[in-house]
Amino acid sequence: MKSIDDIQREIVEEFAVYDEWLDKYEYLIDLGRELPLAAEGDKTDANLIEGCQSRVWLTCTRDEDGRLHFAADSDAIITKGLISLLIRVFEGQTPADILAADLHFIDDIGLKENLSPTRAGGLAAMIKRIRSYAESFAEG
Amino acid sequence: MLFEQQIRSQFPILGREVASRPMVYFDNAATSQRPECVLALQDEICRRHNANIHRAVHTLSYEATDLYEKGRAAAQKFVNAASADEIVLTAGTTAAINLVAQCMARGGFIGKGDGILLTEAEHHSNIVPWQMVCEQYGAHLEVIPVDAGRDSANTGAVDMEAYRAALRRGVKMVSIAHVSNILGAVNPLREMVAEAHALGIPVLIDGAQGIVHRKVDVQELGCDFYTFSGHKIYAPTGIGVLYGKREWLEKLPPYMGGGDMVGKVTFEKTTYADIPLKFEAGTANFVAGACLAPALEFASQMAADPAAQAHEKALMAAMDAALASVEGVFVAAKEAAERIPLYSFTIEGVHPLDAATLLDKMGFELRSGHMCAEPIVDRIGGGSMLRASLMPYSTVAEVEAFADALQRVVKMLR
Ligand SMILES: Cc1ncc(COP(=O)(O)O)c(C=O)c1O
Repeated sequence: MKSIDDIQREIVEEFAVYDEWLDKYEYLIDLGRELPLAAEGDKTDANLIEGCQSRVWLTCTRDEDGRLHFAADSDAIITKGLISLLIRVFEGQTPADILAADLHFIDDIGLKENLSPTRAGGLAAMIKRIRSYAESFAEG
Repeated sequence: MLFEQQIRSQFPILGREVASRPMVYFDNAATSQRPECVLALQDEICRRHNANIHRAVHTLSYEATDLYEKGRAAAQKFVNAASADEIVLTAGTTAAINLVAQCMARGGFIGKGDGILLTEAEHHSNIVPWQMVCEQYGAHLEVIPVDAGRDSANTGAVDMEAYRAALRRGVKMVSIAHVSNILGAVNPLREMVAEAHALGIPVLIDGAQGIVHRKVDVQELGCDFYTFSGHKIYAPTGIGVLYGKREWLEKLPPYMGGGDMVGKVTFEKTTYADIPLKFEAGTANFVAGACLAPALEFASQMAADPAAQAHEKALMAAMDAALASVEGVFVAAKEAAERIPLYSFTIEGVHPLDAATLLDKMGFELRSGHMCAEPIVDRIGGGSMLRASLMPYSTVAEVEAFADALQRVVKMLR
């Protein structure tokens, strides 16, 4: 299993191919279309992360080995792309590794503006939710 | 073309790039840009005349006071108020509406069981201050519908029957936008004021959007209050204008307490300054206040220039064509009898947030979301819309490039 850091490096390499902003976002849109979708029934208020302008639902389950698995959905496709990157980084990792991770890829691929708390995409809120899932599963 | 070049050359910011492309600034309804004459005065005050106003006898304080009062005089002239005493300088439209709402209630002019009339297309700044009054004093809102949305004639017009019915039910206050920041349709203020006054009901007009594109004469309109923000009409942030009829300003109690708004202060009793200073507690943003003078002078020149009027028409025709060129676009109040160059819209199958994000990467600065008017955007735009708002310094070429960009964005997102 690849480490969180290996996956982050992979993503940074993939994005390095694109010089143009629009191409980066085009790629993000493609990723959004491949997002592991949360089941309709899981799009509940409890799973909702209220961003400012788009809605995101995120679910998390733990398997027998104690690893976490994510699914999500959003009404905005770029938001879906962002969360699919996050899921790729954290999918199948342990709560301890998730909590210890240093998330640098967002900055490295030039999408840092999406991290600002007022930014509509609400990436910061998604990361916070992933960490809080990891915390509750680490305790439980 | 000549007009476009002349006016653009006065706005240094318009030369910048975004995402390595020429910036196209289409978020003017949120904040407009500042011309050289405003930037120059702002700079000069900080370098030469910076001192607290109204308080000291020294030269700098005198100069700063004089500049600030010139800003007030410019505002008086701009709205044609009878006297500069009727011009209260505030932090902005929001501050002005909070002032009027609180003072009307504290003064006993709105109280338990009283109605406050708003339209459903108001900005949060013209909803929440009144809701606070409702909570504190037991008043209630009377919200009038507008004709907008897919299953309507989409004129953006206020339902005048509902308006009259609410007036007859005996509301104590009418507070309505000159132009809604979502719809862009110009409201029939004269008629609305006259009908409210016929029943003795005072009227506040939120002119944050309207005054930027329409001439305002408060004496002719007869409204009791008219307010707008400097930063939407070429001036800096942090300053706003509240016109209030003398009789109202005199009978309303003061708003905030502090320096500058007092006559004599003792621990037993304090007397208050005369209007308008009675409502200007604390050190005002005198730099921004002074800059109202060049900003409003600039706006007046623009309004008087026939070339500017022709230019606005050309911009609106180009924007109509741009929005019509994309399939599935719904424009709020598209059939408005009279509008300003402000367009809120949705695109079928495209989330406004996605579109605004991609447009930014093409250099186009647009607003998206509920735009501080959640009730109307929820009803007609599913909670989120895009908005392009233009100023005289916008160009037809920019609008045409916007049409291309929009088509490209839709292709990427659908
Ligand atoms: C119609 C309307 N009213 C009020 C406001 C609030 O203005 P400000 O934020 O400058 O106080 C705005 C601006 O966003 C507006 O468009």
